[in-house]
Amino acid sequence: MWDKAKEFASEFFVTGDPLIYGADVSIALTLIAIVSVLTYYKKWGWLWREWLTTVDHKRIGIMYILASVLMLFRGGVDALLMRAQLAMPELQFLPAEHYNQIFTTHGVIMILFMAMPLMFGLFNVIVPLQLGARDVAFPFLNSLSFWLFFSGAMLFNLSFVIGGSPDAGWLAYPPYSDKTFNPGYGQDFYIWGIQISGIGSLMTGINFIVTILKMRTPGMTLMKMPMFSWSVLSSCIAIVFAFPILTVTLALLFIDRYLGGHIFTLDGGGNPMMYINLIWMWGHPEVYILVLPAFGIFSEVAATFSKKKLFGYKSMVFAMMIISVVSFLTWAHHFFTMGSGADVNAFFALSTMVIAIPTGVKVFNWLFTMFRGKVTFETPMLWMIGIIPNFVIGGMTGVLLSVAPADFQYHNSYFLIAHFHQVIIAGVVFGFFAGLYYWWPKLFGFKLNERLGRLAFWLWNLGFYLCFMPQYALGLMGMTRRVYTYGWDKGWFEMNLVSTIGAVLMGAAFIVQVWDIAHSLKKMDREGTQDPWNARTLEWSIPSPAPFYNFATLPQVTHQDDWWEKKQRGWSAPAVELEPIHMPKNSGIPIIMSMFWFFSGFGLVFDWLWLAVPGFVGVLACMIVHSFNYKPDYYVPVEEVQRVEAAARRGSK
Amino acid sequence: MAQTHSNAEHHGHGHEHPDQEEMRTFAFWIYLMTDVILFATLFATYIVLQGNTDGGPGPKDIFQMNGIYASTFILLTSSFTSGLALLAMHKGNRLALMNWLWVTIFLGASFLFLEVNEFMHMVHEGATISTSAFLTAFYTLVGTHGLHVALGLGWMIILIIQIAKHGITPVTKRKVNIVSLFWHFLDIVWIFVFTIVYLLGVK
Repeated sequence: MWDKAKEFASEFFVTGDPLIYGADVSIALTLIAIVSVLTYYKKWGWLWREWLTTVDHKRIGIMYILASVLMLFRGGVDALLMRAQLAMPELQFLPAEHYNQIFTTHGVIMILFMAMPLMFGLFNVIVPLQLGARDVAFPFLNSLSFWLFFSGAMLFNLSFVIGGSPDAGWLAYPPYSDKTFNPGYGQDFYIWGIQISGIGSLMTGINFIVTILKMRTPGMTLMKMPMFSWSVLSSCIAIVFAFPILTVTLALLFIDRYLGGHIFTLDGGGNPMMYINLIWMWGHPEVYILVLPAFGIFSEVAATFSKKKLFGYKSMVFAMMIISVVSFLTWAHHFFTMGSGADVNAFFALSTMVIAIPTGVKVFNWLFTMFRGKVTFETPMLWMIGIIPNFVIGGMTGVLLSVAPADFQYHNSYFLIAHFHQVIIAGVVFGFFAGLYYWWPKLFGFKLNERLGRLAFWLWNLGFYLCFMPQYALGLMGMTRRVYTYGWDKGWFEMNLVSTIGAVLMGAAFIVQVWDIAHSLKKMDREGTQDPWNARTLEWSIPSPAPFYNFATLPQVTHQDDWWEKKQRGWSAPAVELEPIHMPKNSGIPIIMSMFWFFSGFGLVFDWLWLAVPGFVGVLACMIVHSFNYKPDYYVPVEEVQRVEAAARRGSK
Repeated sequence: MAQTHSNAEHHGHGHEHPDQEEMRTFAFWIYLMTDVILFATLFATYIVLQGNTDGGPGPKDIFQMNGIYASTFILLTSSFTSGLALLAMHKGNRLALMNWLWVTIFLGASFLFLEVNEFMHMVHEGATISTSAFLTAFYTLVGTHGLHVALGLGWMIILIIQIAKHGITPVTKRKVNIVSLFWHFLDIVWIFVFTIVYLLGVK
C-alpha cells in the first residue's frame, strides 16, 4: 500500500530537480500566507462578495491585469533562466530536457497567459467607459470568461510541479507532440490549459463586439468612437474567426493522443503538416489580435499628449479593419520551408508584405498627430515615442523574413527570435504598458510616480535593445532557436553575453515597476486623478475610480473626442433628474463552473474519468442553474446614486 | 403586461439602455459564425485526409446509405417542426409551442439513435476511430455534429420546462428563437455532411 502510494507520488509530482523543489516550497509558503492573511483579517466574505463573484467590468479588468502581472513574472523567470544557460558556451546550468520545457512554457505563458489577459484587462476597464456604457453587453459571460482564463492558466502552470511541463515548443508541433514521442502528461496539460482559457477568449470576443456595436451612448456614431474602441472591435472580429480554429486543432491533437486517432500522426495516414497549417491559421491572426489594441492605445496617447485630434482618423479605421482581414491570409509564411512550391510561397510572401502597408499608414498617422502639436513627455507618451523606432525595426525585419527565398536562411534562426520579440515586446507589451500608465489613475484613483516610471521606461528600452539586437546578428551567424548550449568555437559568446545582460536589465525594469506601484500605493496621491492628462475621451469625464455604474446619467455625444470638445466650450454638466440605474447582480456561478472545467481538464490529463465526467456534469449543471435564473438584474435607487456621486466628487478633485 | 420579467417591468424609464433580448439574439448570431468556422475547420481536415485509409476500409466499404437517407429525412423534418413551434409561439399558443418542441425533440433523438447505431455497426465491422486518418476525421466531424444535436435536445427540454413555468414572455420568446436558429444551423451543417461525406464518398 505504502509502496503504491510512493510510486504514484513519484509519477504524479515532478521530482529530482532542486529548482523545482525550491518552487514547490515557495508555492506552498505563498498559499499558506494568502490563506492565513485572509483568515486573520476575516476577509473571505469580502473577497467572495466584492471580487470572486463580481460582474463589474472594472473589477474583472483589474483581476485580469493582476493575473497577467503574475504570469509576466513566471514567464520572465523562464526567460532569465534561458538567458543564464546561454550566457556562456558549454554551461551546465540547465539540462537539455529542462531547457525544452522552459522555452515551451515561456512562449505559452507570455502569449496566452500574459499578453492576452493584459489585453482583456484593458478592454474590460476602458471600453465601456469610452463608450459611455454602464457595463459590457453580457456581464455574467464576462465574469465567466475571466474565470475560464484563470482556470486554464492555473491548469497549465500546475504542470510545472505536478505531472511535468510540456516540452514541444509553444505551438506543440506533431509528430513530437504525439503520444508516441511525448507520452508524459505535459502535452495534455498544454492542450487543456489552452483549450479552457481559449473558450473564455472566444466569449470575450463576442461580448465586446456586441458591446461596441450596441451599447454606445446616444449620439456616438461609429465614426465618432474613440480609436481604442475601434481597435478592440477589429481585434475581437479576428478573435471570433481565429479561436474556433485553435479549439478544433487542439481537440484533434487530443483525439490523436487520447483515443489513438491518426489526424496528425506519422502512421495510419495522418498528416503532421495539417496541424502546422491549422495552428498558424489561428496563430498568425493571434499576433494581430494582440497588436491591434496596442495600436489603439498609441492613437489615444498620441492625440492626448499632443493636444491635437488624431491625424487620419478614417484611414486609421480602414487600416485596422484591413489588417484584421488580411491577417487571415498570411499563415503559411511561418513555414515557407514546408515545400509547398513557389506559387504558394509567392502568394503568402506578397500577402505578408501587403500587411506592412496599413501598418505603415498608422505609424505616419501617429507622427503627423505629433507634428505641430503641443507635445508633452509624461510616461505614457514616453512609451509611445519609444515604441515608434523600436516597432518600425521589428516591422522591417518582418518584411525581410517575408521574402520567401531569403527565409530559407532566416528560418528558425535567432534572426526570427529577435524579430518576433521585437514586434511582440516593443509593439504589444510596451503598447500595453503605455496604456497602463495612461489609464492607471482612472483604474485605481491614484497616480503613479513619474520618476520611477521614467526609470522603468529607460531600463526596459535599454535592456530590450541590448538583449535583442545581438540576436539578429547571432541568427545571421548561424545560431538556431531552441539550442540549449553551444561550443566556444562558434564565436557566439560575446553577443550572447550582451544579450543576457539586456535580459537582466529588463528584469530590473520589472522590479522598478513593481516598486513604483508599491510606492504609489503607499503615497496615495489622489489629486486631480479625474482627468490628469487633460484628455479627450469620455472615460475622463467621470470620477476616478469610476463608480460601479460608471455614468450617473448617460452622456449625449456630438463630436469625435467629445470630452475635449465639451471642455473647450466650457461645458458644465446640466442638472438632469437622476433615474434608477439598471445593473446586473453578482453571481457565483462563473467561478464554480470554471472550477468544474478545471476538474474535467485535470481529470482528462491524467485519464481519470472519475474526475473528468463529474466535472463536465458540473459544468452542465451550472449552465442549467443559470438558465433558470430569470432575475439576473436589479435597479440602483436614485438616493444611492446621489450618495455615491457626492462621495466620488469629494474623493477625487 | 400579464407576464412580467425584470427587464420588461421597468420598460417605462429604461428607454435609453439597449434591449437585452435583441443583444442576446445578435450575440447568438456571432456565436453561430464561430460555429461555422469550427465546422469549416473539421470539413477541411476531413477533405484533406479522406483518401488516407491506410489500407483500411474506405467510404464505399462502410457507408450504408439507406440509414443515412432516413436520418437526413428525419433531421430535415425536425427543422420543419421547429419552424411550426415558432409559428405557434407567435400566435401565442403555448400548448402547441410545447408540443411542436416535443415533436422536434423526438425527431432529433431518432436521428441521434440512427447515428449511434451507424457508428456501432462500423466499430463492429472493425472501422474504429484509430483505424486510419480517414476514420478519425470522419468520426470527429460527424460526431461533433451529433454532439451539437445532443446538446440541442437537452436545451429544448430545459426550455419546455421554462415555458411551462413562465409562459410566452420576451425572455422565453428569445430563447425559443435562438434554439430554433441553432437547430436550423445544425440542419444546414448536416446537408454539407450528407453531401461531402456521404454522397461524394460513395460516388
